[in-house]
Amino acid sequence: MSDTPIRVLVAKPGLDGHDRGAKVVARALRDAGMEVIYTGIRQTPEMIAEAAVQEDVDVVGLSILSGAHLELFPRVTELLKAKGKDDVLLVAGGIVPDEDIPRLNALGFAGVFGPGTNTHDLVKFVQEKMAEQRIKDKD
Amino acid sequence: MNSQSPISNLQSPLGIARAITQVERGGENTRQLIRALFPFTGRAHIVGVTGAPGTGKSTLVNALAKELHARAKRVAIIAVDPSSPFSGGAILGDRFRMQDLAGTGIFIRSMASRGQLGGLAAAVADALLILDAANFELILVETVGAGQGEVEIARHAHTTLVVEAPGLGDDIQAIKAGILEIADILVVNKADREGANAAAAALEMNLNLNPNKAAWRPPVLKTIALTFEGVNKVVDAIMKHAAYLDEKQLRVPRERARFDRELRGLLERELLERTLRRVTPARWDEWLRQITQRQRDPYSVAQEILDS
Repeated sequence: MSDTPIRVLVAKPGLDGHDRGAKVVARALRDAGMEVIYTGIRQTPEMIAEAAVQEDVDVVGLSILSGAHLELFPRVTELLKAKGKDDVLLVAGGIVPDEDIPRLNALGFAGVFGPGTNTHDLVKFVQEKMAEQRIKDKD
Repeated sequence: MNSQSPISNLQSPLGIARAITQVERGGENTRQLIRALFPFTGRAHIVGVTGAPGTGKSTLVNALAKELHARAKRVAIIAVDPSSPFSGGAILGDRFRMQDLAGTGIFIRSMASRGQLGGLAAAVADALLILDAANFELILVETVGAGQGEVEIARHAHTTLVVEAPGLGDDIQAIKAGILEIADILVVNKADREGANAAAAALEMNLNLNPNKAAWRPPVLKTIALTFEGVNKVVDAIMKHAAYLDEKQLRVPRERARFDRELRGLLERELLERTLRRVTPARWDEWLRQITQRQRDPYSVAQEILDS
């Protein structure tokens, strides 16, 4: 049903404790009518994958500022796949050097949003991707 | 939902999670799912945890689940948070305080209230049936005790905990009608704060005034959920209350009351939906216009809709 709210997991893998960005994003998604499961800082890939499964989310948003994205993100996508939860839209945010973006895209991250992103653009991106996904699911 | 039997789908966390998503949507698929699962339910002990925002419910639920898990119980948690009445969105943040439970096999699901009339109670009731059929022995349901709907959910429980914290109100608050009356166990959390003894004393005094002395007297327990202090005693009290329900054969009457409410809720929702289906949005708008301009009153419009 198209009027079911989009469910999003917002998590911060790794050891950096800067969650202002993640909270701003969580709030923007909520204001756009989404249900945001906010799990906070210092999440292991295992915790993130477990939460994504149990909460049956449509979107997983990972925020990272420590530079460990190329270590941690592949582990998250591997675990999601292993648990059969590979139908989610993956979005990344935080400090990601431009040259790493293609590698994250290859991992399945449909969008990578760095500092200065307008939350409006992020919301629109998620809404459009989910609309495509839900049309596909109907076919 | 695939074509396997609904019960075998509940053997994996993924299957349980998808079944809960299904019941949140409602509709014919949900009816079929619940019909198939219902014979396999009725074994779980459901514990409702409610109280004002900021009393430490999530932290307490985290501690309770950890202790129950240590006692070799299969535990699941449903944490309900309100949806925004404006955007329909929600921040479901209870899981944030339950990080200790990762990797334990404890199933945690956050649910938003989604605002539809009676819908929340129905979705939570169905989610409880799913977790029950999935063989969880103890299910903790956490709700903000801030409204009728939340109190209703707490009443699905076999054992209801009401959580208080010092400094949220004086002894007049304690004797007001409300969620205190549904408590089987009263917890004063954040007991390291000033006023904890006074809050516990006010609750005890209130209980002394209960006319029915023969019935279960809710224990008043002090906890510091963050450090697990006193949590053991709360778990003991939950077990004791479960045994009391068995001993006095009170489970059946409680279940009867629960399904009485559930059945009424289902009918209310179904009848409302059927009634509204006969009304076009344009007519609805016109009625609202007439009422706001005081040309007609709400009672006669409602009567017209029912008679149409």
